[in-house]
Amino acid sequence: MQRMLRRIIRIGTITEPLGESRNEAEQLGEHLSVAIRRRFRNSLAICLVDAGSCNACELEIQAMNNPYYDLERFGVHFVASPRHADMLLVTGPVSRHMETALRVTYEAVPDPKLVVAVGECAACGGEFGVSYASCGAVSNILPVDIVIHGCPPSPTDLMRGILTAVSP
Amino acid sequence: MSLGSQLQELFVKAGIEVDPLNAQCPQTIPCLALACESWAEAAKLAREQSLRLVALWADQGGQGAYGLYAVYARSGAGYALLKTTLQNKTVEFPSIVGHYIAAARMERIIHDLYGLLPVGHPDLRPWINHGYWQAGSGPLQQAFNAESLSQTTAGEYPFLELESEGVYQIPVGLVHAGIIEPGHFRFLAVGEQILNMEARLGYVHKGIEKRIAGRCAPDAVRLAGRVSGDATVAHAWAFCAAAESAAQIEIPLRARQLRAVLCERERMANHIGDIGAICNDAAWSFMHMQCQRLREDMARLHERLFGHRLLMDRVVPGGVGFDLVSDDIPVLLAQTHELAEEMARLFLLYEEHTPIRERVVDSGNISQKDSLDLGLVGYVARAAEVGIDARCDAAYSPYDICTVQPVVCPGGDVSSRLWVRFKEIESSARLIERLLMNLDDSPGRCEWRDPEAGACGFAVIESWRGEIATWVRFEVEGKVGRYYVRDPSVVNWLGLELVVRSVPVPDFPLNNKSFNCSYSGHDL
Repeated sequence: MQRMLRRIIRIGTITEPLGESRNEAEQLGEHLSVAIRRRFRNSLAICLVDAGSCNACELEIQAMNNPYYDLERFGVHFVASPRHADMLLVTGPVSRHMETALRVTYEAVPDPKLVVAVGECAACGGEFGVSYASCGAVSNILPVDIVIHGCPPSPTDLMRGILTAVSP
Repeated sequence: MSLGSQLQELFVKAGIEVDPLNAQCPQTIPCLALACESWAEAAKLAREQSLRLVALWADQGGQGAYGLYAVYARSGAGYALLKTTLQNKTVEFPSIVGHYIAAARMERIIHDLYGLLPVGHPDLRPWINHGYWQAGSGPLQQAFNAESLSQTTAGEYPFLELESEGVYQIPVGLVHAGIIEPGHFRFLAVGEQILNMEARLGYVHKGIEKRIAGRCAPDAVRLAGRVSGDATVAHAWAFCAAAESAAQIEIPLRARQLRAVLCERERMANHIGDIGAICNDAAWSFMHMQCQRLREDMARLHERLFGHRLLMDRVVPGGVGFDLVSDDIPVLLAQTHELAEEMARLFLLYEEHTPIRERVVDSGNISQKDSLDLGLVGYVARAAEVGIDARCDAAYSPYDICTVQPVVCPGGDVSSRLWVRFKEIESSARLIERLLMNLDDSPGRCEWRDPEAGACGFAVIESWRGEIATWVRFEVEGKVGRYYVRDPSVVNWLGLELVVRSVPVPDFPLNNKSFNCSYSGHDL
């Protein structure tokens, strides 16, 4: 226990101010009024749906919770159920086998809700495009509010994008 | 004597006719052709010799005839490839499930993607086919028509049922609670105890094998690097090594060394991340945060030195797509060394932290025999005292000079799988040091030239998860005709299903994380 505490103290707080993103998030349409979006500020619950990604986007999404980025300090946290979520983060090209599950998960999120397409595949189909097994971009299936580009987007890109969605 | 000649001798003795395959076969592996009727008999003999089934796949060649391929291996003796051709437009081939359990999933995949029928297979429930295309047709058939896809939603999947008193089912997924990939698990449980777990995968099937066909190697490698994003270096390397063997290109030593440096860094990053995540699943967030911190340090240095946090698209046909300037070498060395030291310190804390030891010791045991029977690979096998590691068994360059000792331990439980990861971090750090100290002065890349039509290549690469096996066949103008990849997860998922039969439901996440199989790499 002592050794654990010593390490915690020695390393200290390493959380950094939010950096500049290289991949600007792209806003599509105005699905929610500014007033509602403002209400989500400082208390945003996110549910992630991997709709067919290669798992690289998931690694960077997980990294947002590491001590350097500490996403929770902005009042943003991940929840286990879409029923508890305000925002759906969707990664990957939507595989045909995930299409139904993605729609059902979207329906399960209570209104008003936001949808963020994460990564190049979710933005436009990426390397996988549209094929017998892939429906391509998330916007082919769901109304999308924000698109975060990058293959995969860095944690900074992701945080900037998520915060864009809830800033007036 | 190579495994190829051993097998040839064995088959001839048993009265099976074999032909060494023609010149278009990969130079890197001995190849034998045999008649379809002898396919199962050959598997039986291979099994009797304790060979491991590495991979099993189908291909449709020029005249539309189906070819069937199997690769067998033995530690210390290397790899050998068997091929048979289905004659007279038949779609049936003899199943080898009776001899190799791992063939069960591989044959189901062949059945779903090519419409071929493994005769004698006990369980042909659709696996990758979720009901969007007709059974008997398959997206990898040349005659497949994407327009014919049905628009109906996926059908029912008959899970194993048990009608004893008190047995209930727990469906988990496919959209999971955490930040992970999708897949469905069906548990049969009594009280807290799991009786059986059945995985239903294929949800992230996005048609990689079909999508890659028609691309030239320098373009195709981008897709290969996205088979599983966490093992992007290893998958890209496997594709490149197979393509280079087809094109008969020998890449410069420096390129091979730099590929290995990236692959070892990838191994360290993922092992560090996994150690943290396993501890987190047992509610020890201190370790999780420490590991996440170190992993982020690695990603940042990768961005700085190589231009990508996860090292995507750095390995290209002909070599590597970057160069490491000599000023950067000490930086990379220093960080690698520091990471290994940090993890050694954290290992001591882990060893004396009883709450975590209580959870991981003796949870999810797999015996050495079961591991061998299933043909498990990677840290899962090594934690069950099965010393397979493609870096030694295939001894591909640079590991022929820079040799590796597989990290093996007995036990086969979560704690052994953790221990192997801790020790592999150390061994990777030492390897990186040796590779960088002896970095050759040759260029990091040579010119790529397209292989001739019909040329094939095969390669195995030890990713952080375990052995990746890859086969590439080229067509005219250097276009990929067939790309087959067997991610370690294809076999290791079977291991997870087996080990959780002995654990209570709340310990499933812990075991799942200790295997950390890829969904994307399995589903393709």
